[in-house]
Amino acid sequence: MSAQYPDDLYYTKDHEWARIEDRDGTKVATIGVTRYAVEQLGDVTQVDLPKEGESVKAAEVFGSVESVKAVSDLFAPLTGKVVKVNSPLSDSPEYVNEDPYDEGWMIQVAISNAKELEALLDAAAYQTFLREQAE
Amino acid sequence: MRRTPLYEKHVRLGAKMVDFGGWAMPVSYPTGILDEHRATRTAVGMFDVCHMGEVHFVGSGAAATVQRLVTNDVARLENGRAFYTVACLKSGGIVDDLIVYRLQPDHYVAVVNASNIDKDVDWFQEHKGAACDVQDRSEMTGLIAFQGPGAAQALQPLTTFPLDQLRTFSFATDVTVAGLPIWIARTGYTGEDGFEIFCDAKDAPTLWDRLVDAATTAGGRPVGLGARDTLRLEARLPLYGNDLDQETTPLEAGLGWVVKLDGDDFIGRDALRAQAAAGVARKLTGFVMTERGIARHGYAIFDADGAAVGTVTSGGPAPTLGRNVGLGYVPTRLSVTGTKLSIDCRGKRVGAEVVSGPFYKRGRK
Repeated sequence: MSAQYPDDLYYTKDHEWARIEDRDGTKVATIGVTRYAVEQLGDVTQVDLPKEGESVKAAEVFGSVESVKAVSDLFAPLTGKVVKVNSPLSDSPEYVNEDPYDEGWMIQVAISNAKELEALLDAAAYQTFLREQAE
Repeated sequence: MRRTPLYEKHVRLGAKMVDFGGWAMPVSYPTGILDEHRATRTAVGMFDVCHMGEVHFVGSGAAATVQRLVTNDVARLENGRAFYTVACLKSGGIVDDLIVYRLQPDHYVAVVNASNIDKDVDWFQEHKGAACDVQDRSEMTGLIAFQGPGAAQALQPLTTFPLDQLRTFSFATDVTVAGLPIWIARTGYTGEDGFEIFCDAKDAPTLWDRLVDAATTAGGRPVGLGARDTLRLEARLPLYGNDLDQETTPLEAGLGWVVKLDGDDFIGRDALRAQAAAGVARKLTGFVMTERGIARHGYAIFDADGAAVGTVTSGGPAPTLGRNVGLGYVPTRLSVTGTKLSIDCRGKRVGAEVVSGPFYKRGRK
C-alpha cells in the first residue's frame, strides 16, 4: 500500500492529487483522488472521465465518481489537455479504492500553465488542511 | 443527534457515523458497504435497528384500533404471528409502512420507521378507538436484526429455543438469547432469511457483543445503513420517505397485497376502493440500467420518446447482480416488463428497462 499522502504529489482542497513529470519539455500531470477522498467515498462503483484530447480547466469539474451511496464531482487541479485516460477503471473502478495513487490514477493532462502549481498544496499543507477540517 | 444504545459499539468498531433522520447511525464499518452486502447474502449480517419505533396497543379495544389504522386484515392474525402493512390517511396516502405483531388478543405491537415515530404515535392516538391504550415503548426497546443464509445456524448455539420452529413472520416471546430475555421474530429487511431480536434497551450492548461473536464465527459481520439500503433495494423492499410517502398510495406502490379492501373498515379504504375501481394512474416500477450509469433518488425518468414521465425514488448498484437498478413512479402503461426508459443521470440520458419482481431473490432451501 502506498503512503497515505505521498510527498511528491500536489493536492487540492477538493481532495485530488497531481503528480508532475517533464516529458520533452511539456509538463504532464497525472491526476487522481486522495486516500482521504477514497475513505469518504467508500466503495467506488463507476468512474466517469473525459476523453483524450478534451480540455480540463483548473477548479472545474472534469468527471465524476460514483460510490455505492452517492455520486461526487471530480475537480481538475490544473488546466490543460487530456493526453491519457486510465481506461481500466471503467471495468475495475475498485482500483481507486485499492490504490488511489498508482493503479487508481484517472487522467493525464499536458498542463498549459505551470503557474497554477503554486496554488496547490504540498503533502504537509494538505494534511494540515484535513486536520483543520476535522475540527 | 440521538444515539442508540449501541452507539459506542459502532464507534469502537470503526464505523463511519452519519446523521440518519436525527440519529447517529453507522453507514458502514471499515471493510465497506460491498463487503457487508456480500456477508449478508452469503453468511450473516447484523444490524442496529434500535432506532426503530415500537408502539404497543393494549386493551380490549386493541384489535379494533389496529384494524382501523392499517390496511391489512387484523382478524387474520393469530397470537405469535405478524404481518407487513401500511397505515393510510383518509386520502389513501401512506402515513407509514410497518410490521404488526399480535402478542395477545388484547395486545398488538407495531414496529414503525424511526423517522416517523412521533408522527405515527400522534396519528395512532388521534384515531384510536375505545378501550385501547397506545404506548410508545421505542426508547426502552432495543432491536437487532440478524440476517442471512447462515443466521439460524449461527444463532442457535445462543438459545435453547428451537429456531427451526419459527416460521417466516412468526415470533416468540419468553425466549432467552445469550441468557438475556428477548422476543424473536423471523422477519427482516434484506431479502434473506433471518431474525429480528427485541430486547430491553439496557441489554442491547451485551446482546450485540454476543451476536457479533456468533456472526463473526459464521463468516458474517455488523452491517451499516449503506448495505442495508443496497440489500433492501435488491430485494425490492420499499423505503418510506423514498418510495413511499403521504402522496403515494399502497396500490400505486405495488402493495395491494397488504390492502384488504373487502375486509373490515380502515382509514383510507374508501379512497383506495375508488382508486382500485378506476385503476391506478401510476405505479412504482423497477428498472435495470441497460447502459452505463447509476440512477439516484430524484433523477428524472423519460419514456422512449423522450417525454418526462416520472422520478427515481431509489436507485443504485445491485452488488449481487453486478448491475445498476432503481425504482420510480411511472404511468401504468409504462410499468410493463421490457418497456424502454431512460434516466437523466446528471445531464446524460442513460437507457433503462422495466423489470418485474425483486431484482434479487434468494434460493429456496
